[in-house]
Parts: sequence; structure tokens; C-alpha cells
Amino acid sequence: MTLYADVRVRRGAFDLSLDLTVEPGEVVALLGPNGAGKTTALRAIAGLLPLGAGRVALGNEVWDEPPRVFRTADRRPIGVVFQDYLLFDHLSALENVAFGLRARGVDKHAARAEALRWLDAVGLASYARSRPRALSGGQAQRVALVRALATSPGVLLLDEPLAALDASTTLHVRAELGQHLSRYEGRTLLVTHDPLDAMVLADRLVIVENGRVVQEGRPTDIARRPRTEYVAQLVGLNLYRGTASGTTVQLADGGSITLAEPASGPVHVAFPPTAISLYVEPLSGSPRNTWPAVVTGIEQHAHTVRVRLDATPTGPSTLLADITPAAVADLHLSPGQRLHATLKATEIHTYPS
Amino acid sequence: MSRRGRSTTGRLPVVLLLPALLGLAFLLVPLIGLLAKAPWSTLPSRLFSADVWQALRLSLLCASLATVVCLLLGIPLAWVLARASIPGRGLIRALVTVPLVLPPVVGGVALLLVLGRRGLIGERLDLWFGFSLPFTTAGVVVAEAFVAMPFLVISVEGALRAADPRYEEAAATLGASRWLTFRRVTLPSIAPGVVAGAVLCWARALGEFGATITFAGNLPGRTTTMPLAVYLALETDPDVAVVLSLVLLLVSVVVLASLRERWISGLR
Repeated sequence: MTLYADVRVRRGAFDLSLDLTVEPGEVVALLGPNGAGKTTALRAIAGLLPLGAGRVALGNEVWDEPPRVFRTADRRPIGVVFQDYLLFDHLSALENVAFGLRARGVDKHAARAEALRWLDAVGLASYARSRPRALSGGQAQRVALVRALATSPGVLLLDEPLAALDASTTLHVRAELGQHLSRYEGRTLLVTHDPLDAMVLADRLVIVENGRVVQEGRPTDIARRPRTEYVAQLVGLNLYRGTASGTTVQLADGGSITLAEPASGPVHVAFPPTAISLYVEPLSGSPRNTWPAVVTGIEQHAHTVRVRLDATPTGPSTLLADITPAAVADLHLSPGQRLHATLKATEIHTYPS
Repeated sequence: MSRRGRSTTGRLPVVLLLPALLGLAFLLVPLIGLLAKAPWSTLPSRLFSADVWQALRLSLLCASLATVVCLLLGIPLAWVLARASIPGRGLIRALVTVPLVLPPVVGGVALLLVLGRRGLIGERLDLWFGFSLPFTTAGVVVAEAFVAMPFLVISVEGALRAADPRYEEAAATLGASRWLTFRRVTLPSIAPGVVAGAVLCWARALGEFGATITFAGNLPGRTTTMPLAVYLALETDPDVAVVLSLVLLLVSVVVLASLRERWISGLR
């Protein structure tokens, strides 16, 4: 059963109109700047905001179709992880997780036992009696996640699930969230303004701007072929999977990258297109992360030029570089040209995957 | 930023300081007088004399029952005022607070006109159930609840407005009906406001005089609560009046101490 959402909401001058589908087992990220209408769409699907027009349905089960049908949130098989989690402060972590089961008529003992299993699954069984206030940000996020998952919802909605965390815990929690989402068999809609969250966690991106979908597709496809300036800026990110050992990451698609700081195990490696410099001649000495590359595409953006390169076999197979128009002229850039691309190691971010 | 005791705004002007001290004295001296005049040596025996004990017990009972009535009716009323979208909500809120400013005697007269034996509703009660409220202990509870309820409603409504409604949304997404959400999420989160409101409400009910004596009369053992007994005793046995007053003063101080600043924030 597919989740269909044709969300049309008008609020004053703001007009949201977007079409979404989420298949079972799929993670779709709704990505866009603040105020694009992402959270409004999520609230409409959750039943916290009635549609102005359109339709929300899970398979044949219509949830909202004005003016006739409206199912309130408590009668939709959903789980929601809110941006600041909204854990009930007067209840323990266990009672928070058991809340949904109790509300859906599971008896007290069974609900608590089930809740404990869920807490155990995220390594928080020993915090069952803790109040949400006593939990760290990452722990609270995990409690919020299992609270949403405990009722085995058909649709999981995540509203900026990593935004409330500090940078140091985000890495770890993001990787963990990815594991839980890949195990979840229902439909996941993830709302985020962070392209990295979206690209790492989602199977498909839906990019929203001013209440409209501007592009959708697989993260890699969008990164390679951004359709608008905005999307290019947003997901113009060099992102690779690989295996780290010391300061070297062997990329899954071939080639390797040298890191500034050592890491180990499976990682995501990300760096912005501005971290790449292009040279006609190889640099003297042997700077790390310098690869011979072939220009495969050139796009003019407002203030920069985005160059697409193929750095195989020594570097990544697709490499995005943003350079100034002046540099384009200096380099006499043209597709098929052979260059040398250098990456500043200090601009590389690695994330466990 | 801190001034560390050295004022940067100059000395306090005498024009303000003098009336301020006078005002403070005006509030405190009568209470000190009460303490000074108290018959401390015979206090225990007087406190547990039959009359005083009877009035005290009746007062505590009626004030507590009135508080229960206020909780049962006032919390839902506060919820409707804070959460439901109903037309004329501002007007309803204003009407709810009328008993706050209405002279209690007027409240008593109004109750008598409606619930009295010839009253709008009282007549039916008498006719159909042979049940009459005025000049009964139940009548005391009604009069006290009438006067005290706004305290509870305002306090609880303030707490509800301050509570984050998104927690209620979170409960809804977990499958909780509005009633379950109210019981398990909303009510616990506003508990401090409810407690503050209930204490205020109880204290107001305990001190109620005007509406009670008008609606329920002054029948020892049945409707003579502490304030009524104080008034009565003042003519017959002033020492008893002082003892009763001390008890009420003590209750006020305890209420104040237990609420401190909370009631002020609760009323906002």
C-alpha cells in the first residue's frame, strides 16, 4: 500500500501544493529551506492540519479528502518524531514508549513489556525509568523514535529529527537513525532542511521551495543533475561511501580520498564543490588528494561555474567543483579536457555510515 | 550590571517613602493587634471548645467540598475557555470572573432568587425532589463554590494557555483520543496550576461570609462557618472571636507560604 499525499493548504499568502508518494520500506526526504512548507505538509499528513484541498490516503484508506473525509490524527496509523521530540516530561521513558500502545488499547503489562523491548533495541533499557529531562539529546531522540515506532505504524513521519542535537552527537545519531529506518518496513517521510541528512538517510528526495516541488529523484541523481540553481546550491555536495582505514578512505566506486583526521570502518565522505581546485599542470611535490580528472560537464550558475569531473581511477568517479568564471577563462575549460583536481583535506567531513 | 548595594538612582524620595511605610503599617498593625490581644493561656481550651470546634469542622468540610465542586466544574470550564474555539469566548471569560468583583452579598441574593424555595430552579427542586438548598450545609457549599470558582478557573486557564499544545498533538499522533490526552497529558502538565487554583479557591471558600450568610443563614452546626462564628462571637465572647480569627489568619499565612509567587504567575 502506497502513501499518497496531494497536499494543498493555503495560509494567508502562503500556498502549499505538493504531490508525494511513499512506498512501503521507502524513505522519502522532503528537503527545502525553512518556510518552504515542509512541516505544514507533514502536519497535514499526520492529521494535525486539515487539507484545504487534495487528498491523503494510505492505499485505499482515505485519511483526508475535503470536504467529506477527515480522519483525526489519533485514528491514523502513524508515528511522528517531532523536532524537539515532545516527550512527556511527567512520564518515564518507558511510559512514553508505552503511551501509544496503551492509547491503542494494549493492556498495561503487555504495553510495558513491549515498550521495554523497544528501548532495549536502541540500547536504552537501563534508562526505562528515567524522566525525559534526565536524558541526553541523542537518548531523547531515540526514545522519541521508538515511541513513534512502538505502535507499528504504517507511516513514520520525522520532522527535522536531528535539528535539536549538537554537532558532535549528530554524526552518531544520524548513522543510528539510518539503521533503524532501513529496518523499518513502513513508509517513512523525513522533513529536513539539511541536505546531508536527506542524502544520507533517504532513498528519494523531494525538494520543496515556496510550497512547490522543484525536483525529486534519487539523491545521487539530484546531486548530479540539479534542475535549478537553488537545488544545485542545496545538494551540490560531493558525497561518497567508502571504507576508512587510518587517514585513507577507499571509495565504494573506486578511487581513494585522504582525510585530515583518521577514521575507521564504513563512512560517508562529504565535501562542498568549493573545496576543489583545478589546475592545468600537475602541482609540484605530491599533495594528497590530487587526481587527474576529465571534464564531463560545465554549468553556469549565478556567481560560479559548476564543473563536473571524472577522476577515476585514482579519485571519485563524479566530482563537482565550483570555480569562478575568471578561472574558467584561465583554464580554457571545455568538456573532455584533462585537468588536475585538488581537494583540501580540511574541508572534508566524514560520517560513520 | 549589578549595582552591588550602591544605588545609581539617588535616595528614595520621602514623598513616596512615607506613605509606603504608612501603607505597610496599615496592613500589618491590625494583624499584630490580633496577635497581641490573643488569649494565649486559654487558647487551647477555647480552640477545642465545642462551638469553635464545630465551626472549624464545618468550615473545613464546606470549603473542601466547595473546592471539589469547583474542580469538577471549573477545570472543564477552563479547558473550554483555553482550548475550544467557541463564539463569544471573551464574553464568557468576562462573565466567569464576575463573582470575583461582585459583592458576595449580591451573590448570595442572586443564589437565593434562583435556588431559593420560590426561586427559578429552587422551586422545581423542591417540587420534584423535595430538596431545598437555602439554609442547609449544602447551601453553604453552593455559596462558597459560587464565590470561589473564578479563582480556580482563572488559575487553570492560565496554566492551560501556558502549556504547550504540541504535547497534545503528540499524544494524538500516538492514537490518544482527546479525553485520554486530557487525562494523561494535559492534566499532569497543568497540575501546578490546578493545585495553586485549588488552594486559592479553598482559602477563598474558607473565608466566605457574605454569600454564605445571605444564602445559607447562620444556623450553628449546620451553616455557621468560621467567619460567621467570628462575627457572632464578637458580640457575645470577643475572646472566642480572636481565637477563631487567629485560626483563619494562620490558614491564610500557610496558603500564602505554600503558593508564594506561584499564584501570581498562575493568574496570568
